Amino acid sequence: MSRLLDGIGVGTGSAAGPVARMAPPPALPAPRPVADPAAETAAVRRSVGEVAAELADRAERAGGVAGEVLEAQALMAADPTLLDRVAALIAEGTDGPHAVTAAYAEFRALLTAAGGYLAERAADLDDLRDRTVARLLGLPTPGLPDPGHPYVLVAEDLAPADTALLDPAVVLGLVTVRGGPTSHTAILAKALGLPAVVGCAGAAGLTDGQLVLLHAAEGTVEVDPEPGAVRRAAEREQRRRERERGVSGPGRTADGHPVGLLVNLGALAELDGAAAADAEGVGLFRTEFLFLDRAEAPGQAEQTAAYRRVFEAFTGRKVVVRTLDAGADKPLPFATAADEENPALGVRGLRTATRDPELLETQLAAVAAAARGSAAEVWVMAPMVSVPREAAEFAARVRAHGLPLAGAMVEVPAAALRAGRLAEVCDFLSIGTNDLSQYTFAADRLLAPLAALLDPWQPALLDLVAATAGAGAALGRPVGVCGEAAADPELALVLVGLGVNSLSMAPSCLPAVRAALAAHTLGDCRELAELARTAADAETARTLVRRSMNAELRNA
Amino acid sequence: MPQLQVTVGSASGLHARPASLLVQAAARQTARVTLARPGQTAVDTRSLLSVLALAAKQGEELELTAVGEDADQALAELAALITEDHDAPAAR
Repeated sequence: MSRLLDGIGVGTGSAAGPVARMAPPPALPAPRPVADPAAETAAVRRSVGEVAAELADRAERAGGVAGEVLEAQALMAADPTLLDRVAALIAEGTDGPHAVTAAYAEFRALLTAAGGYLAERAADLDDLRDRTVARLLGLPTPGLPDPGHPYVLVAEDLAPADTALLDPAVVLGLVTVRGGPTSHTAILAKALGLPAVVGCAGAAGLTDGQLVLLHAAEGTVEVDPEPGAVRRAAEREQRRRERERGVSGPGRTADGHPVGLLVNLGALAELDGAAAADAEGVGLFRTEFLFLDRAEAPGQAEQTAAYRRVFEAFTGRKVVVRTLDAGADKPLPFATAADEENPALGVRGLRTATRDPELLETQLAAVAAAARGSAAEVWVMAPMVSVPREAAEFAARVRAHGLPLAGAMVEVPAAALRAGRLAEVCDFLSIGTNDLSQYTFAADRLLAPLAALLDPWQPALLDLVAATAGAGAALGRPVGVCGEAAADPELALVLVGLGVNSLSMAPSCLPAVRAALAAHTLGDCRELAELARTAADAETARTLVRRSMNAELRNA
Repeated sequence: MPQLQVTVGSASGLHARPASLLVQAAARQTARVTLARPGQTAVDTRSLLSVLALAAKQGEELELTAVGEDADQALAELAALITEDHDAPAAR
């Protein structure tokens, strides 16, 4: 008998496969007296041998540079000096797990003291320690599982370090116990194009090897599904892929209304993938990556070089550069005050320019220098604009640098309610739905218990989008959406129906959004928008739109 | 006890790859070989963690000491691995 678990869906696809759980790092039990030091040492040797053998096996299968790294890890796990130290500690009366932990801590301190490249390796030691201790305690191996076949990854939540290693060829889908629609896991799942269900409390009870069928669109996980259900989901998935492959080029509705389809860009490492995407350009170029993890802001020459690389990759296309958005969840030592009690309501985004005008001036000069002689169409916008005067001052600064197109982001309700005044003084508006939700519902984006309030289907949020898009249309200024909302194909239809002109998202989300647009007329989008806006709540809005949309897709 | 002075050849010093090669070779030897900065505590060449923790840079002079069967042969082999530049393009 199958049973159904509820969560928050990310993406639109479905995936079926056996569960592989990601185990948390083992918790160290209370120290205990050692009765038989020889046996205790032998147990550690056995565990160490198993960990080293497992890593050596992975190294062989991985090959190449990854194989070399894993091989070095295997050598470290079975290090004879480390084992000698563990044996000595056990002889002094420390139990196995504590002796392993202490010996690793000593080597960690040595490597950290050596600094540089070696200090970076210290994190590898934590992983080895956790693996060894888990073996000793008979607990599952922490970290990403490697059962040797494709699987549905089930985790409490995913850390950025874990997800960096995630291979979309092996991981069929993601299910996490915690996390909301804007969590790290959700953003990653979207970027990789993986169906995911986050915030699924029932997933805590899933075990390795159990068959699950997850439906991202419904936000459900079917446990022990009927073979027929798996087959039907696979067929639907294939039809969906075919439909997506069937459309390409600039975004447009079934009746030819153009909708700009753009990509978000957050680091130079993403540049090649973003440039290769079938998109009209970059709708949101987050420049923060240049400034993160630094004691001082990068100089103009360094910034110019980085921006030039982006503009060259997008020759002939549009690039919307967002100036530095520091503060809140992205504090920077040189731009953020340390004494803010509510950083989300503090001096962040464009507001940092009032404290340090040079920071913005240098950045605009660098963007202008990189734009000169480039064939990309460079637009510049400011984050966290709240009142028309800010938009006017920003636009004046941008134009003083010879950059022709200046815009304001609409991320706070004040900006959305006075979007007309903003649009009068700048050239375009771009709605950041994540922050706009956060400030509309007074709900911290990073707090999982408030995730439901941050649902981009909230009718109040849609009202603010409608107000912004309407004001832009009245003045002939384009209005884009560059938040998570734009990547949801169903919500994308609603946004277009509300009057939004362009949508910016992770490259992997483009095909689904493009296909949804191609299957609906502008009139359909307007009807769906009306349904969503007049719904009582987010859940009803989503359900109503999905029901009407599917009917239309069947007719298409 | 046979001893040998060696100069670290790899551009980035005895870091992960050169150190791994050294440790793997040392594990195959019957003789026990240690490595040290002159006058300092020696570390086991079979211990990757200890070799890494030396943080030896390119051009640094180190001391290899071997004890046991085939000590001279072991020294020669490990010395060659330390002096070679494993980061040079041709070595990859």
